Amino acid sequence: MNIKMDFEHQQSAHCENGVVSNLLRYYGIELSEPMVFGIGAGLFFSHMPFLKIDGIPVTSFRPLPGVIFSRISKRLDIQFEKKRYRRSPQQSMKDLDRNLEKEIPTGMLVGVYHLSYFPAPYRFHFNAHNIVVYGSQNGNYMISDPIMETYATLTHKELMRVRYARGVFAPKGHMYWVKRTPEKMDLHGAISKGIKQTCSNMLTIPVPLFGVKGIRYMSNKVRKYPDKLGPKKAALFTGQIVRAQEEIGTGGAGFRFMYAAFLQEVAAILDNPRFLELSKEMTDIGDSWREFAVIAGRIVKNRNKADENYDRAADLLLKIADMEESFYKKLQKSVG
Amino acid sequence: MKSKDVPQDDADMMRGKWKDPIYTVDEKGNYTTSYSLGWDVKNTVMQQAWDNINEKVEVIRQRVIAGDLSPVAYYMEKNIMDVSLLSKYMGIWKWTVKKHLKQKHFAKLPEETLQKYAEIFNLSVDQLKDINLIKNAEQKE
Repeated sequence: MNIKMDFEHQQSAHCENGVVSNLLRYYGIELSEPMVFGIGAGLFFSHMPFLKIDGIPVTSFRPLPGVIFSRISKRLDIQFEKKRYRRSPQQSMKDLDRNLEKEIPTGMLVGVYHLSYFPAPYRFHFNAHNIVVYGSQNGNYMISDPIMETYATLTHKELMRVRYARGVFAPKGHMYWVKRTPEKMDLHGAISKGIKQTCSNMLTIPVPLFGVKGIRYMSNKVRKYPDKLGPKKAALFTGQIVRAQEEIGTGGAGFRFMYAAFLQEVAAILDNPRFLELSKEMTDIGDSWREFAVIAGRIVKNRNKADENYDRAADLLLKIADMEESFYKKLQKSVG
Repeated sequence: MKSKDVPQDDADMMRGKWKDPIYTVDEKGNYTTSYSLGWDVKNTVMQQAWDNINEKVEVIRQRVIAGDLSPVAYYMEKNIMDVSLLSKYMGIWKWTVKKHLKQKHFAKLPEETLQKYAEIFNLSVDQLKDINLIKNAEQKE
C-alpha cells in the first residue's frame, strides 16, 4: 500500500494542541496552537507530593492528557471518531491501514520511550504523546509528530510497539480522526467558555493542590526541602519542577507565554484592547516563572551546598501566586 | 520574554531533531514564535535527571558483576523501568519478575522467557546473557 496524503505538518510546542491544530487544518479549519490551547483551557497548575514518579513528586502546568482535545470537540462542535483496541494490536493496525486507504489522517496516542526518531535525552516512559499518521510507503508509516521540526517515519513493528507501550496512561492502541466539521463555528462563544473554565480551575478548586492554591502549597514545600530532604534529594525535587515547566513542550514558562499569545489573538478577534493588557500581564507572570527557574537552576548546580536559594525560590513562588490570582480575577470579569 | 532574549545554549539535547518553539514578544509588542537551541537552566535539570538515573544503573551494574543480581535487573534499570512496569510488559506477576532479578533464578530460566525479556530490552538472548557486555558497558547520556 502506497498512500501519501497532502498533510501539512506544523511544529508546535505541545503535542496535544499541535495534533488538533494540524488535523483541523487538513479540513480547512485554521486554528493556531495558542487558540486551541486557550479554548481547550489548557492552562493549569497542580502539585501532588503524594503522587510520585521515580520517587519524585509530580508537578504539572497542564490538565490531564486528552482534555484539551475533548473540550475543543465540544466547544467548536467538531466530531471525532475514537477507537481503542485493548487486546488486538493486529486489528488496530488493520483499521489504521483502512483509514489511510480512505485518505483519513489519523491521530493516535503513543509512548515516547521506544519512539526511534526521538532524541535519546527525551526518551522517558511517557505514554500520552500524540502523533498523526498521514500515509504509508513500502511498509513504513509516515508520521507528523508535532514536536518534530519535520515529518518522520516508523516501521510497522516500531509503530505497533509505541501504540502498545505499557504503564501509566498506556495508549492501548487508541486512535482518533475527524468525522465531521461544522458549517459554522461559534468562535466567540468557545473563547469565552475556555477563558471562564481556566479562571475557575485556577481559582476555585477546593483542594489546596490545584490552581493558585497549589502554587502556594508548593512554595511551602520547597521552603522545607533542604531541611527535610538533605541537599541532594532537595535539588532533585526542585529540578523536577523546572523540567515540568520547561522541558516538555510548554512554549516557555509552563505554558504561560502560550496563554499570553492566546490572549493577544483574542484581543484581535473580539476587537477588545482589554485583552492586550491582560496578555502583557500574563507575559510578566511568565517572566517571573523563568526567574524562578533560574534560581532553581542555581540550586541544582550547587546541589551539595545548602544555601539560601530555597527561601528565595519559595518567596518568588508566593509572589507568582499573588500575581496569578489577581490576573484570573481580572480575566474572569472581562468575559462577563 | 522578548524575542531577542531567547537563549541559545546548545547542549545537543535535541540531537538536531528540533529547536524548542518559545512564544515571545517582538520589538513591536506582538507575540511570535522563536526557536531555541537550548537554555542553560533546562539543560542543567535534564542532565540532573539523567545523572540520577545513571547513578542508579551503576549501583545495579556492580551488583550484577558481583554475581548477586541478574542481567534482567541491569537492563530493567538501564531502560528506566521498575518491577511493576516490566511485569506489565512481560505479562507476568511482579513477584515473578522480582525472582528473575536474582542471578540464581535467572540462570534457570527457560529459553522462551529469556526470549521475551530480550525482546523487551531490544537485545538477542545471547546479548542478554552476556555478563561481559555489562562489565564493559559505558555510561551514556
